[in-house]
Amino acid sequence: MAVTFKSLETILERYPPSPEHLISALQEVQAAFSYIPKEAMTAVCDHLGVPVSRGWAVATFYKSFRLTPRGMHEIKVCLGTACHLKGGARLVEGLERDLGVCRGHTTKDLSFDLDTVNCLGACALAPVVVIDGNYQPTATHRKLKKMLKEMQKA
Amino acid sequence: MAQVSTATRFEDFRLPSAEALAEYRASILAERDPNRTVIIVCHGTGCIANGSPKVAAALRKAIAAAGLGAQVIPEIKTTGCHGFCSRGPLVILQPSGLFYQKVKEADVDDIVQTTLLEGKPVERLLYTDPRTGEPIPHDYEIPFYKYQQRVVLRNIGKIDPLDIRDTIAVGGYQALAKALTAMSPEEVIAAVEAAGLRGRGGAGFLTGRKWRLAVENARKSPGPVYVVGNGDEGDPGAFMDRTLMEGDPHAVLEGMAIGAYALGAHQGFIYVRLEYPLAVRHLTNAIEQARALGLLGENILGTGFNFDIKINRGAGAFVCGEETALIASLEGRVGEPVPRPPYPAEKGLWGRPTIINNVETWANVPQIIEKGADWFASLGVPHSTGTKIFSLVGKVNNVGLVEVPMGITLGRIVDEIGGGVPGQDRFKAVQTGGPSGGCIPYELKDTPVDFDSLTKVGAMMGSGGMIVMDQRDCMVDVARYFLHFLEEESCGKCLPCRLGLKSMLEYLDRFAKGQGSQQDIDDLHSLARAIMKGSLCALGGTAPNPILTTIQYFKDEYLAHVVDHKCPAGVCRDLITYSINPELCNGCGLCARTCPQGCISGEKKKPHTIDASACIRCGMCMDECPVGAVLVA
Repeated sequence: MAVTFKSLETILERYPPSPEHLISALQEVQAAFSYIPKEAMTAVCDHLGVPVSRGWAVATFYKSFRLTPRGMHEIKVCLGTACHLKGGARLVEGLERDLGVCRGHTTKDLSFDLDTVNCLGACALAPVVVIDGNYQPTATHRKLKKMLKEMQKA
Repeated sequence: MAQVSTATRFEDFRLPSAEALAEYRASILAERDPNRTVIIVCHGTGCIANGSPKVAAALRKAIAAAGLGAQVIPEIKTTGCHGFCSRGPLVILQPSGLFYQKVKEADVDDIVQTTLLEGKPVERLLYTDPRTGEPIPHDYEIPFYKYQQRVVLRNIGKIDPLDIRDTIAVGGYQALAKALTAMSPEEVIAAVEAAGLRGRGGAGFLTGRKWRLAVENARKSPGPVYVVGNGDEGDPGAFMDRTLMEGDPHAVLEGMAIGAYALGAHQGFIYVRLEYPLAVRHLTNAIEQARALGLLGENILGTGFNFDIKINRGAGAFVCGEETALIASLEGRVGEPVPRPPYPAEKGLWGRPTIINNVETWANVPQIIEKGADWFASLGVPHSTGTKIFSLVGKVNNVGLVEVPMGITLGRIVDEIGGGVPGQDRFKAVQTGGPSGGCIPYELKDTPVDFDSLTKVGAMMGSGGMIVMDQRDCMVDVARYFLHFLEEESCGKCLPCRLGLKSMLEYLDRFAKGQGSQQDIDDLHSLARAIMKGSLCALGGTAPNPILTTIQYFKDEYLAHVVDHKCPAGVCRDLITYSINPELCNGCGLCARTCPQGCISGEKKKPHTIDASACIRCGMCMDECPVGAVLVA
């Protein structure tokens, strides 16, 4: 979605102009645009009456906020304790090599985001990887590689 | 999943009194035939990931196609997590309790034909006892369930969390009605005190005492009071709160409403972790349905009591599970803790007395009100009353969620309920209490699991994560993993935590490379003690636990790293070498194809070899090898 005055307006009108809504409003901005665009941050802070510096402080403190556009597909590798014991770290390393990006980054062609997550609370499925919201139970590097290839083709 | 459109269905239905709630319940029960078969399909995160929605859809289709008579058409119910996640997707037939595990879409026709039409169990879907090899047909006979005592989890797996009528049918909101009509706020607090309920979120503070503090403070300065449900379950390897919020959201809401009545609060908040979208969905739905029935909102059950709940989603910061950081986050600020006192019970949200309890603590409250403080205090052991939910994960046969009375021994949980360690006769260590808990060795397997005994051995109850480790897990690596986690999650406000964790991690990084000396181990130990004393909040204050307990119980493993430059468990990358056992290798070539370095070679169908000089020890060949020929030493 393009960052337009209109699209921001519809988000902002749901929040009374009070600082406590900063996190919720930014979450909604991110849901709409996939990241926090600069223009949106200014608009949100103006609306809620908080300094823009505080807006950026919040957006950089909390891990879930992104300041750059996301890739088309989102890969999240769980590194919770159970997944760690069952080789989650090796999966991320493998994906880093395959995609040519470090964790927390997006491939140059904006097709994949590679992220890690502390724990998804799905420990029976360890090691678990979530691709575009779908859980891949007891993931192996081979299975993932195959999936990525198919996604690249599509 | 069946969505109940609350807005239309319950609109004219506000329950005007406690009697109306009882009548409504009676009418729901009267509509239900207790003998009708109900097919329960688990829809917890684990089972969903393994395809349970497909199983439920296929069941609906197959039953419709089978042309059963109108009176015998079974109801299909999708419920929250049953806890036995390693066996999912689970399908249970009620009222018989017939238990099917690992059910696939393809098994559905067999279930309809064999079980529904012929009345016989489908043998291959039954759970088999790994010790005796005997199939166990019913859920209540399976050791994993048999040794549990489900108090908080009692409804999960029986009710559809998206339909409030299910909750009301099993007695939901009865305790709220009792509190509002037959008890004074003071009596509610007294009951929670007498029950001895302690916070389930980690610190184990007495809930009743916290409530009383808040009430006293509110009396001193009139104004609003707030209640908060802490569902920011950040510990890796723990999913009790998620299951509770997903599977029985009304228990949390009801507990909070009772607490609000006792404290004179009219507004509550539930802070849910970002990674739990399903929990947010179920809670939102539950709040809407409770509001529609007049169980939340204004003039609840005609008693004049007003209370409503708002959901706040976390934004991905572990420290926000700490109560002062959580308050900052609720106020829309950066989640940095502040020194206590003043405690939130004095000055919390917007400077007002605020009670923050873990969602599991809240879910215990209705039971105490309904069944009485004496009943609750009779569960568990003195000073740690009631039950506790643990998520039993890692190297254990039955991965899942277990609820046991406090005081049960660690060994019984792992061996009897968890079914032991796969392929080994005993565990090496159990890590309790999340990243800042401790590792308890096998030798202490008779330690009772309660707040005080766990603290005594250097671990802690925490929120209830229980991670089982076996001989292939390196204790230095485990300590390093937790330290790395905490170092990243440290908010950076106070120096002991910000720099201390970093420097402890540097020690461990060096140990993992085989560097360092015995003196370094002692230095690390004293640094850890200093950080414990000096940190502002519990994150830094408990962060050294994994290091202290692993040094205490597994010092020889540390020495093996720094003195012998060996990692006995074969984990620490700089201290291991991979090789291929020529006797086992069948020359399939999978390892050679997967090796990112291209350093495995060999002829087809002949044993392969690894060029150790080029190997980066990524371990991919070992993961890939179908015959287990890749060795690590």
